[in-house]
Amino acid sequence: MTSIEHFSEMQTPDGVRYPYAAYDGWFTSQDTARLSKKSREAEAFFRRTGITFNVYGQADAEERLIPFDLVPRIVSNKEWTKLAKGIDQRVRAINAFLHDIYNRQEILRAGVVPVELIAQNDAFLPQMIGFTPPGDVYTHIVGTDVVRTGEDDFFVLEDNARTPSGVSYMLENRETMLQMFPELFSKIKVQPVSDYPKNLRKSLAACAPKSCKGRPCVAVLTPGIHNSAYYEHSFLADQMGVELVEGHDLRVVDGHIAMRTTRGYKVIDVLYRRVDDAFLDPLTFDPSSMLGVPGIMDVYRAGNIAITNAPGTGVADDKAIYSYMPEIVEFYTGEKAILKNVETYRCSEPDALKYVLDNLADLVVKEVHGSGGYGMLVGPAASKRELADFTAKLKARPANYIAQPTLSLSTVPIFTKKGLAPRHVDLRPFALVSPNGVDITPGGLTRVALKAGSLVVNSSQGGGTKDTWVLED
Amino acid sequence: MLGKTAGGLYWMFRSLERAENTARLIEAGFRIALTRSTDTASEWRSVIVTSAAQAAYEANHDGYDSGQVVNFLLRDKTNPSSVYSVFKSARDNARLVRTALTTEVWSAINETWMLLADLLKRPIKETDLPDLLATIRQQSALVRGALHGTMLRNDIYDFCRIGTFVERMDNTARIVDVKYYALLPSPSYVGSRMDNVQWETILRSVSAHRSYRWATDDEFSAGSIANFLILDRRMPRSLSFCCSQVSSNLGYLAEEYGGRMACHDKADALMARLKDRDIDSIFEEGLHEFLTSVISDTASLGQQIEQDYRFNN
Repeated sequence: MTSIEHFSEMQTPDGVRYPYAAYDGWFTSQDTARLSKKSREAEAFFRRTGITFNVYGQADAEERLIPFDLVPRIVSNKEWTKLAKGIDQRVRAINAFLHDIYNRQEILRAGVVPVELIAQNDAFLPQMIGFTPPGDVYTHIVGTDVVRTGEDDFFVLEDNARTPSGVSYMLENRETMLQMFPELFSKIKVQPVSDYPKNLRKSLAACAPKSCKGRPCVAVLTPGIHNSAYYEHSFLADQMGVELVEGHDLRVVDGHIAMRTTRGYKVIDVLYRRVDDAFLDPLTFDPSSMLGVPGIMDVYRAGNIAITNAPGTGVADDKAIYSYMPEIVEFYTGEKAILKNVETYRCSEPDALKYVLDNLADLVVKEVHGSGGYGMLVGPAASKRELADFTAKLKARPANYIAQPTLSLSTVPIFTKKGLAPRHVDLRPFALVSPNGVDITPGGLTRVALKAGSLVVNSSQGGGTKDTWVLED
Repeated sequence: MLGKTAGGLYWMFRSLERAENTARLIEAGFRIALTRSTDTASEWRSVIVTSAAQAAYEANHDGYDSGQVVNFLLRDKTNPSSVYSVFKSARDNARLVRTALTTEVWSAINETWMLLADLLKRPIKETDLPDLLATIRQQSALVRGALHGTMLRNDIYDFCRIGTFVERMDNTARIVDVKYYALLPSPSYVGSRMDNVQWETILRSVSAHRSYRWATDDEFSAGSIANFLILDRRMPRSLSFCCSQVSSNLGYLAEEYGGRMACHDKADALMARLKDRDIDSIFEEGLHEFLTSVISDTASLGQQIEQDYRFNN
């Protein structure tokens, strides 16, 4: 592969780009040894606070730190405004799509999205057909993965509409930066992200079912301390000031879901669940699961609890549906999609499959239902053997894969012992949806590939994170 | 508060207390091993018996070699009462109840876990043992200090304290029970030589060898030591002290929740066995019998608390 010129978000041939001007001035005046020390302090802080994630199947590395880079990623207000508008549009379209799919199915009748894509989708839940969740919201918390290739070129990589994680890193990264470099924040005006937990609580409470009288009782449902995102679950419950519950703390009491407290059972109105659909209700879904609450789906359908995100939401964010997002956005909003999709080849289509097989070395291939960077092929970085393996996989189950061209992802500098060095990044901003509207926190989680040249930013694959600044301007 | 949270807090502090007591026991055993030439094996054996781990120990070890005993009690992952295991359990419980703890309490236990997991990675050399045991005590004190200094005095705090004192009462009763024959008023009861070493071991196991001298005018005497460890309310590890702490924290719960539960009656009954007693009447009752029933009543009180406040279901 020939080397491509990547868009650098800090540096252009003509000098430092505007959003980084003030930061660059500060950075050049800093002592590298002092910054190295700060970097180690940050790591100690993360470890002491317990900001870790669990890696499945690795007993010794049970809890790992996600490496934190102390150079912020900086976005101008103008760039952000456009991005946020695009996300807002997309999130509204996804909710309209979900409502449609589970009710009149107009988009299928109009032939915009093929019926098989829904009918054969494991994430589609027949139990949700004809049912409208409280407040008509399906996906309450969305994390849209965005990459950038140029000054004005943002692409959506993925719509995480079921249970996006990472928001705790967005918040803790900012806290860490505020502690380490207070002087920077008095010099550069950065939009705050700290309102997120308050807004989340408000947004969840606004989705309470009609049966709720008085102040809605909100709780966070976690699979438990061994889940990879347990830290985030407890962090969010703590920050919102609500209980963190597990399935065995809950049961159906008089047609409501109630949690076992030291004073007896207490009714929950809104359950922010971080447990997958399949484990939510052993009576309705996987009977062997201990993570959920037997009977919760009946309570839900009776209108006595709001489950966020709604069960069956996953149908909107698999990678096959993704390829139809521009059409979906247009169908429901009547506008062109503000944010672009990455060109996507659906391997289920014979022409596309042929193209993918012929050009495998230039493409990224992903499993339709995969996540976390597992089961994917990065063509330009793959060995001959990996390419051959994937050729066989594609031929065996073409519908299980999509392929995309390798984008020339933008770079942002990270701090190394030798000074600043460019690395590829993506961005996951977080949107909250309630009957009152969409609220997008200015910032998000920037993930960074720490290996030079690597395009894989997933934490499970050795990626790191950095603070994301949206300037006030 | 969730029942699960109450349970997590209670067990977190039981574990912390157990770790500290195990460290104190090892310290006493180690001291004896260093200063006496006679029969250190039987001292180490009684340390193992006190920590209620005799069967597990003997399943894997021949004899009571001090290195083996120390490793078993400090870092054996298969021993659920080893310092390593109980700190892990305390920290797991702390993660479970993270939302109920202040940042300072959480950081204290998390840092403690990171520090000790590292220190206990390799077998402990004899020369490093005193420092290690001191670190365990200091870290326990750090967590307790964070609790006292930063937590609201509400039901969360009460469950932490109840866990601490239920565990401590059990531990002190076991320590005294293992050596009860040394505390009988007359050696003729068991036919063994009354031995200052034994008495000193007992007092050292609960870190009371200095305070005993400050608090009592008596020379070492069986009755006086037994009285100190069982009935003296000034002594923070005596049964009487522990029981009154459990009682008062349960009392705050009854006030805050507006109602008494079965556990309150059990606690009162246990308190009645210790209040306004003199040590002679306990000797008359039979010291061993008395201690065995206190251990069993403590366990039953613990279970009743779990049930009344819905820790599990």
